[in-house]
Amino acid sequence: MLHTLSIGELAALLEARTTSSVELTRHFLARIERLNPSLNAIITPTAEAALLAAAAADRRLAAGERGPLLGIPIIHKDIFCTDGVRTSCASRMLDNFIAPYDATVVARLKSAGAVMVGKANMDEFAMGSSNENSYYGPVRNPWDTTKVPGGSSGGSAAAAAARLAPCATGTDTGGSIRQPAALTGVTGIKPTYGRVSRYGIVAFASSLDQAGVFARSAADAAAVLEVMAGFDPLDSTSVDVPVPNYSAELAAPASAGGPLKGLKIGILREFFDGLEPRNAALIHAALEVYTALGATTVEVSLPHLPLSVPAYYVVASAECSSNLSRFDGVRFGYRCEQPRDLLDLYKRSRGEGFGAEVKRRIMTGTYVLSAGYFDAYYLKAQKVRRLISQDFRAAFSTVDLVAGPTTPTPAFSLGAKLEDPVTMYLNDIYTIGANLAGLPGMSVPCGFIDGLPLGLQLIGPHFAEGKLLNAAHRYQEVTGWHRQTPRGYE
Amino acid sequence: MSLTRQDVEKIAHLARLSITEEEMPVYVTSLSSIVNFVDELSRVDTGGVEPMAHPLDGQHQRLRPDAVVDHDNHEKYQRNAPEVQAGLYVVPRVIE
Repeated sequence: MLHTLSIGELAALLEARTTSSVELTRHFLARIERLNPSLNAIITPTAEAALLAAAAADRRLAAGERGPLLGIPIIHKDIFCTDGVRTSCASRMLDNFIAPYDATVVARLKSAGAVMVGKANMDEFAMGSSNENSYYGPVRNPWDTTKVPGGSSGGSAAAAAARLAPCATGTDTGGSIRQPAALTGVTGIKPTYGRVSRYGIVAFASSLDQAGVFARSAADAAAVLEVMAGFDPLDSTSVDVPVPNYSAELAAPASAGGPLKGLKIGILREFFDGLEPRNAALIHAALEVYTALGATTVEVSLPHLPLSVPAYYVVASAECSSNLSRFDGVRFGYRCEQPRDLLDLYKRSRGEGFGAEVKRRIMTGTYVLSAGYFDAYYLKAQKVRRLISQDFRAAFSTVDLVAGPTTPTPAFSLGAKLEDPVTMYLNDIYTIGANLAGLPGMSVPCGFIDGLPLGLQLIGPHFAEGKLLNAAHRYQEVTGWHRQTPRGYE
Repeated sequence: MSLTRQDVEKIAHLARLSITEEEMPVYVTSLSSIVNFVDELSRVDTGGVEPMAHPLDGQHQRLRPDAVVDHDNHEKYQRNAPEVQAGLYVVPRVIE
């Protein structure tokens, strides 16, 4: 059963020539064909190109080349440009868009020999927390198909949970990797702002967007992130900081007194205010495991955190209204039928090409940026953003990492939060802070409520991905939550 | 604070979005509720706080050498265009 193995185990089989990349790719393509119709996690399967890429990986393996991802299947969120393959962003606007080049992330993974088997469904232009805002229909949660998988990277999360590939890429602007990872029981990491190149990723909110990974374990996520991360001159926000060898760090022998001896974890007080008791109990149980591993815990406070959601919806909407102005019905994407004049072309191409939530965010952003409101909303939100960022900085002066729940609840039912956008937005209350402050964050499976998975969130200082991955990995060495598989997908 | 239909029409015009009759009441309600929600920010004292535009302090826009690194790909790029003639994008007549 190839889909039950870790990336490390698959790489070992490929190196030993016990299996081939073509065989592995066929295995996952068959799973996509059989299991995806009930999940709708994949917009575009890429079988033909995948088999060619797999054959090329097999030739490299036969020539003696080795690499942690050489010949390993992967799924890309449909927000990453893929040369010659439709890149829809789950929008009618880009339904006909064939990307003319590869995103840097895609190019790096391709040259490392990873084999793209499909492009994942998502909330349109990455705006949403339930994956119900897709032009191609909602994604369903493999743990219970009446529930949402979270969003916006819901297709990537559901695909990883259903073992449609060993790993998947995603993007996280306000929680879009961590929240769906929590709701589908997989491991997800959003790196530091600037850690992974955004070249070729369709832009949503440029001061917040960052790309990351879904995988079945922290060790697998480390292997993928290592290849994705690093300086890229093509992205002006890319940071020139060397990428550590995350996998080697995880493999380092544990010190006496416990593998996490000396690690100080701050428990985020505000994350537990009004938290459902069963949810809180699971997080506290996870933190007890950390204590047993040698870490110490102490309560920390982020007093401005409750303001993160309103600050985010001002900043993100403002930036989205600016970024999405490029969709004009002229150079690429959807154009309305028989425009009367240029203004009509713009308005109807955009009005018909964008879905309801995207239009709502563009209008929110247009409003907060408009004359007379800029200072009261946009500038104000940027100031509050600094206060939130300073709260995190103060916390990290006393602890190495902070921890709390990833989400307020497990996966909710399809349609449950569609009526009121603010209710939907509040679902991201625990994840948005890390985006506003540009910090790396992870969600790690830590238990179940009524058969639905839940995540422990870890947030670290800038460029502390290695520390996060190690903390998650040591937890996963002594727990089995991340190995649970939804029924029907074993 | 709640937005009127006229407000939403003006915002939609600024954003170059056509909004249908059926959509309009939904946007009046939901945009009002969002504006009320973000109004929470006005209660925070931000005196003396510098606005934060970039999450990493000390980051500046990098400059690169002024050298040609990209080549003429217009044919490839224009394959995605709704209408092209002789390498030019076609739009409805603007000047009579």
